[in-house]
Amino acid sequence: MNKKDLLYQGAEAKICVSKYMDFDVVEKRRIPKSYRIKHIDNRLISYRTKEEAKLMIEARNKGVSVPIIYDIDLKNGIITMEYLKGSRIKDIFNNLNETEKKNLCLKIGRNIARFHNNDIIHGDITTSNMILVDDRVHFIDFGLGEKNGEVETKGVDLHVLMEAIESTHSKYSEYFKYVLEGYKKELKGDANQVIKKIEEIVKRGRYR
Amino acid sequence: MICLGIEGTAHSIGVGIVKEFKKKCKVLTNLIKIYRSEQGGIHPREAANHHAIYLADLIKESLKKAKVEARDIDLVSFSRGPGLGPCLRTAATAARALSLTLNKPIIGVNHCVAHLEIGRGTLDGCNDPVLLYTSGANTQVIAFAEGRYRVFGETLDIGIGNCLDKFGRTVGLDFPAGPKIEQLALNGGNYYNLPYTIKGMDIAFSGLLTAAEQYYKKHKNLEDICYSIQETTFAALTEVTERAMAHTEKNEVLLGGGVAANKRLRNMVATMASERGASFYVPSKDLCIDNGAMIAWLGILMYNSGVHMEIKDSIIDQRFRTDMVDVTWRE
Repeated sequence: MNKKDLLYQGAEAKICVSKYMDFDVVEKRRIPKSYRIKHIDNRLISYRTKEEAKLMIEARNKGVSVPIIYDIDLKNGIITMEYLKGSRIKDIFNNLNETEKKNLCLKIGRNIARFHNNDIIHGDITTSNMILVDDRVHFIDFGLGEKNGEVETKGVDLHVLMEAIESTHSKYSEYFKYVLEGYKKELKGDANQVIKKIEEIVKRGRYR
Repeated sequence: MICLGIEGTAHSIGVGIVKEFKKKCKVLTNLIKIYRSEQGGIHPREAANHHAIYLADLIKESLKKAKVEARDIDLVSFSRGPGLGPCLRTAATAARALSLTLNKPIIGVNHCVAHLEIGRGTLDGCNDPVLLYTSGANTQVIAFAEGRYRVFGETLDIGIGNCLDKFGRTVGLDFPAGPKIEQLALNGGNYYNLPYTIKGMDIAFSGLLTAAEQYYKKHKNLEDICYSIQETTFAALTEVTERAMAHTEKNEVLLGGGVAANKRLRNMVATMASERGASFYVPSKDLCIDNGAMIAWLGILMYNSGVHMEIKDSIIDQRFRTDMVDVTWRE
């Protein structure tokens, strides 16, 4: 690992491009925060790194496309993973034609159902956190994820995507129904319960 | 324009008189009287009685201190909500009486938005901040987006001040417990693990409160528990604030609410801001806590942007949310 190019910086972590053996990889490095005491900072960084890696590995085992993890450094809070050379859905979605948009949404829905079938909650499903490589939708950033089987949590998970589509792709917000259609096809158990939950969440009002 | 504002959402009754000067807020006077219960938390009716007893004198004293004649008041403003019904009604009734007597317009304003606007109005350079608003009942991260003040994160259970007060009550500290916990924490230094609950940009404190009470029941050192409570809750508050700043791409952070008086919280948020290259703002203490001046200032902003209110519409709203306000005074 020599060259580190910053690809993206969020509030919690930096994403750097690097090399691992001969592979092109990205490193998600959680940034230590000097406003909190070391004890809390270390605990949070190592816990969150571990949880995120666990969810990614499990999601991959269940057939969801996520980057391959090469290395985990709990002490420094670094996950080294495959560098996906594709396009963020956020950047390409508005330029797709109708059929392509519809098919992509169906595919996204099926993938979400695949991890929901295993009680994996992503926590931040937005079009910036999905990368299209060839024909496959990959999910990144499980940093807010958790293991949870409740209908409520699954509803919230989908509701985040609904909001993301409404705010980032406002002209095409009606395509969210195809996400739900794909979701219904793949979900074991009653998808209608989850969909009803989304309506309930919208009505709660604090969510807009 | 001179406005008299009456604040009465909870345990404080405040009267402030402010003047607009070159688009900024000049506070002429800002008097606050705080109800303290003999035991337990705030009893809404007793708090309202307290407000009713002191309000008339507070108004008289304010005019005298501000050296303003009653007839020079151009506008009467009051806190419409959110808050405790009886307290809100007391303040609103006084505002109506004053408006009718002086024959001056009345306007009801949102208390949470007032906390943000008083920062923008009194602090140079504070133009478009993310507000971390921490008080007894309220814990919200607020910022301006698409014509409204939106709540990007907030407590899912109790406010941070409420969390501190409840802990204080369990261990026998007087209300408000925040300043005492701050003092005790200065002598603490051993950290006890406490739940750190963040969901996206939202936050929760009730689990931490229970855990902290358990440490106390197990006779752990009180100073260390206070230290641990502050370090955990304030770090979580700072983290959600930073997330909101990253999300909204804003470079200013403002503190408001009673808990903003805490030096450790200020220090953490200031550190976070400087590491992001952002500016940090905090109003003077009397403008951080619930006060009439902020209510008066928001009244001026709204009135000048064309919002007018009839007496018959000057009803209170206990559940008046931050994002219900149409922000007519900002681009």
